[in-house]
Amino acid sequence: MKIIILGAGQVGTSVAESLVSEANDITVVDIDGARLRLLQDRLDLRTVTGSAAHPSVLRSAGIEDADMLIAVTQSDETNLVACKIAAHQYNVPTRIARVRAPEYLANEQLFAPDCFAVDYAICPEQLITEYLVKLVQFPEALQVLEFADGRVSLVAVRAFEGGPLVGHQLQDIRKHIPNVDVRLAAIFRGDRPIVPEGSTVVEAGDEVFCLAASQNIRKVMQELRRQDKPVRRVMIAGGGNIGLRLARALEREYTVKIVEHSKRRCEDLSTRLDKALVLQGDVTDESLLEAENVEEMDLFVAVTNDDENNIMSCLLAKRMGARRVVALINRRSYVDLLQSGQIDIALSPAQATIGSLLAHVRRGDITEVHSLRRGAAEALEAVVHGDAASCRMVGRRIEEIELPKGTTIAALVRGTEVLMAHHDLVIQAGDHAIVFVTNKKMVPKVEKLFQVSAGFL
Amino acid sequence: MVRFFAVLNVLSVVIMIFALSMLFPLLCSFFIGDSAQAAYDEAILLTAAVGALLWAMTKNKRRELQPRDGFLLVALVWTVLPAFATLPLLLYLPELSFTDAYFETVSGLTTTGATVLSGLDALPPSINIWRSFLIWIGGMGVIVLAVAILPLLRVGGSQIYKAETPGPMKDTKLTPRIAETAKGLWLVYLGITAACILCYRLAGMTWLDAMMHAFSTMGLGAFSSHDASFGHWNSPAIEAVAIYFMLLAGINFGTHFLAWRRWSFAPYARDPEVGLYLLVVIGSVFGIAYFLLANQTYPSFWTALRFSAFNVVSIATTTGFSNTDYNLWPIFAPVWMLFLCGFCTCSGSTGGGIKMIRAELMARQAVREMTRIIHPRAVVPVKLGGAPVENNIIFAVLAFVLIYVSSFVAMTMLLAASGLDIITAFSAVIACLNNTGPGLNQVGPATTYASLNDFQTWICTIAMLLGRLELFTLLVVFTPGFWRK
Repeated sequence: MKIIILGAGQVGTSVAESLVSEANDITVVDIDGARLRLLQDRLDLRTVTGSAAHPSVLRSAGIEDADMLIAVTQSDETNLVACKIAAHQYNVPTRIARVRAPEYLANEQLFAPDCFAVDYAICPEQLITEYLVKLVQFPEALQVLEFADGRVSLVAVRAFEGGPLVGHQLQDIRKHIPNVDVRLAAIFRGDRPIVPEGSTVVEAGDEVFCLAASQNIRKVMQELRRQDKPVRRVMIAGGGNIGLRLARALEREYTVKIVEHSKRRCEDLSTRLDKALVLQGDVTDESLLEAENVEEMDLFVAVTNDDENNIMSCLLAKRMGARRVVALINRRSYVDLLQSGQIDIALSPAQATIGSLLAHVRRGDITEVHSLRRGAAEALEAVVHGDAASCRMVGRRIEEIELPKGTTIAALVRGTEVLMAHHDLVIQAGDHAIVFVTNKKMVPKVEKLFQVSAGFL
Repeated sequence: MVRFFAVLNVLSVVIMIFALSMLFPLLCSFFIGDSAQAAYDEAILLTAAVGALLWAMTKNKRRELQPRDGFLLVALVWTVLPAFATLPLLLYLPELSFTDAYFETVSGLTTTGATVLSGLDALPPSINIWRSFLIWIGGMGVIVLAVAILPLLRVGGSQIYKAETPGPMKDTKLTPRIAETAKGLWLVYLGITAACILCYRLAGMTWLDAMMHAFSTMGLGAFSSHDASFGHWNSPAIEAVAIYFMLLAGINFGTHFLAWRRWSFAPYARDPEVGLYLLVVIGSVFGIAYFLLANQTYPSFWTALRFSAFNVVSIATTTGFSNTDYNLWPIFAPVWMLFLCGFCTCSGSTGGGIKMIRAELMARQAVREMTRIIHPRAVVPVKLGGAPVENNIIFAVLAFVLIYVSSFVAMTMLLAASGLDIITAFSAVIACLNNTGPGLNQVGPATTYASLNDFQTWICTIAMLLGRLELFTLLVVFTPGFWRK
């Protein structure tokens, strides 16, 4: 596929990285030549320097025969204009834009074909906020992902000494919680994936991915670790876009304190927040954290735009007694360094947002893609089309389907019903299959599986 | 220096217009055929002549007025017009002293409703019409003063409503021009007054009484044509009408205007004062009804509720009507009512006191200070209707309340020193400063201010003017800096 990416910021770069590896022709456009050179040195792609919404720049990026435009520059307006030009002048089939301003997002008619012609508007801050809100609602989880409009959830949980299932074989889970249909999709021990079988023994420290109907998620998590007290008090370090959104999402149900360095931004925050307490000060100021009872916090979230500050304030908060700390970290190497150390969750914004972009890039009818374990694994939801003749899946039992290595079909959603994938379940056309891919290299093969062969058309 | 003569020139025009307003009681007198016609003839001629003379003397000094001149103009209008308004009273009732007559007309134009006259039932109807008409034009003046003029002078609660504030209050600057705003507000005022007249008539008053009491009700003053006030009818229906319209007149007329123009209730819901105003007033009605029942003042809950509802609403909205002598109730009830009249009404209404918006801001400022003590690094704004209020507005409100309390204490002390008992003294000052009307004991609902001596009457007159002109407007004229070049 020929894809043009506008903007080589954090999102643009990580999108490029993950698409390059999937054999696409990528052209990245940015106004900053130096940044593009760095990118070109690292990845196999083409770059064009210039203003992203200018037709001449778009033409030199090859917009005439592009299959997709991903506009992720800093400016909403540039992204919107680029999409409109791409649609009306050059007939680019798919246009994705990053739009951050809530004003634009609230007026969906702006994205209609006769207006700015944006097929998919994504807002990374919103996605990260939703991710963090989920962590507040499920304090035991490392990550909570939803499929099929929220009917099915996939949770990543670290198994702890004391969980009823820890030290037992997986098949015992049926005896523990007989009424709950659950599927353990994968286990990561250290960094190695283990394909779960009935006889696999769960060890403390394992990262376990379980899939279940959303209402049963809590029960499943209790099997793997003692349940934590529900979260009541949250402290947010950093009052940028994410901090503000998170505080707004949480302030009605939780006690929220938000720390921000800039005095002027504090005034702005306090105007826009109703109940959350806005504190002016440095997020690594020990005396401030102490005065504001950081040791009483159930959750400490560091979301400033500085990785080091986030890490240091989280380490400080953890040492002072905060129950759980979450740091937003942009640099991938830091994320790998810190996850599962003193910092409970290291969250990479690029990884949290890339999934929603990938869903539109993938071939086949893929409705949802979630990147797992810093992009190494992937969980996707795909719709099965065709009939027994044109598709290799329809009408077959799950055990009959030849899946690529390290791949499991974890569940099917048929209409409103959630079916856990037992080996004798027969797949029908129209089913949504939730597929777990532990090795990302296998993703193209999975896509192929869901594509309808030409005879069907 | 303020352009003194230019201000006088504008004042002369206002005086001449005021002379025209006396045509209304004259016409009434003519149609009813009472004995006060001659008094109006002379009063109109005299007022118009003085106005014309003043105009002729100052017409060469005419100049564009500055906002600062507005203070002087407003202060002069509210002190000079009552002097002319006394003319019909003085001419018809020669035994009335100027002090008492001036008190009476100031009381009318400031929509207070405190009176020195008794034997009202025996007065010619046109005199009573003139008194209640004064309240009505006073109310008109107050609304425009509060909504359109004081914000220009940067005084008064309504400056909080300035056009800069984001969000729901943006459109509270009703129209771009003052004249247009004033016209719109008066139309609403006129409309509600007409509805009020009709309701009173339907509830059983005569047309004449209905008109006079509607004038008083809408201005939230309390001049009645009967010594017994609403006790004269002893009719729950009439009282219910009065309660409804008193509550209505206690709401910002800007909000009424918006609600009328958009034909929806949404502006009331978004107004930051209305909810709290109704909550406090209606809550107090039930609280006092229960209190009266518990003290066995009234035998049944419904009787207690009826008297509580009428008198509490009347005092809390700074109207001052009564249907019973509540001075005889256990002391908590009337004192609570007087306390309410200090802050209940909304800014931009015809009511007096410090206004609900200032009370709200002060309460929030107090909460903010406490939060700051617990969290020294917290950034806590004082918000009103979702928008933050600037610190300098809060300082202005605090200064206002400080001056309000000091003037209250000073005038109470002066009255007490002049020989009044302390309850009469403090209740008279509260009732006048908040433009309510009746106080307690010697100036209670069953009596009048006639028993005060001249000195005490003047103190009360000054209190009414201070309260009506929101303190600063009047006081600033007396500072040396105001007159300096």
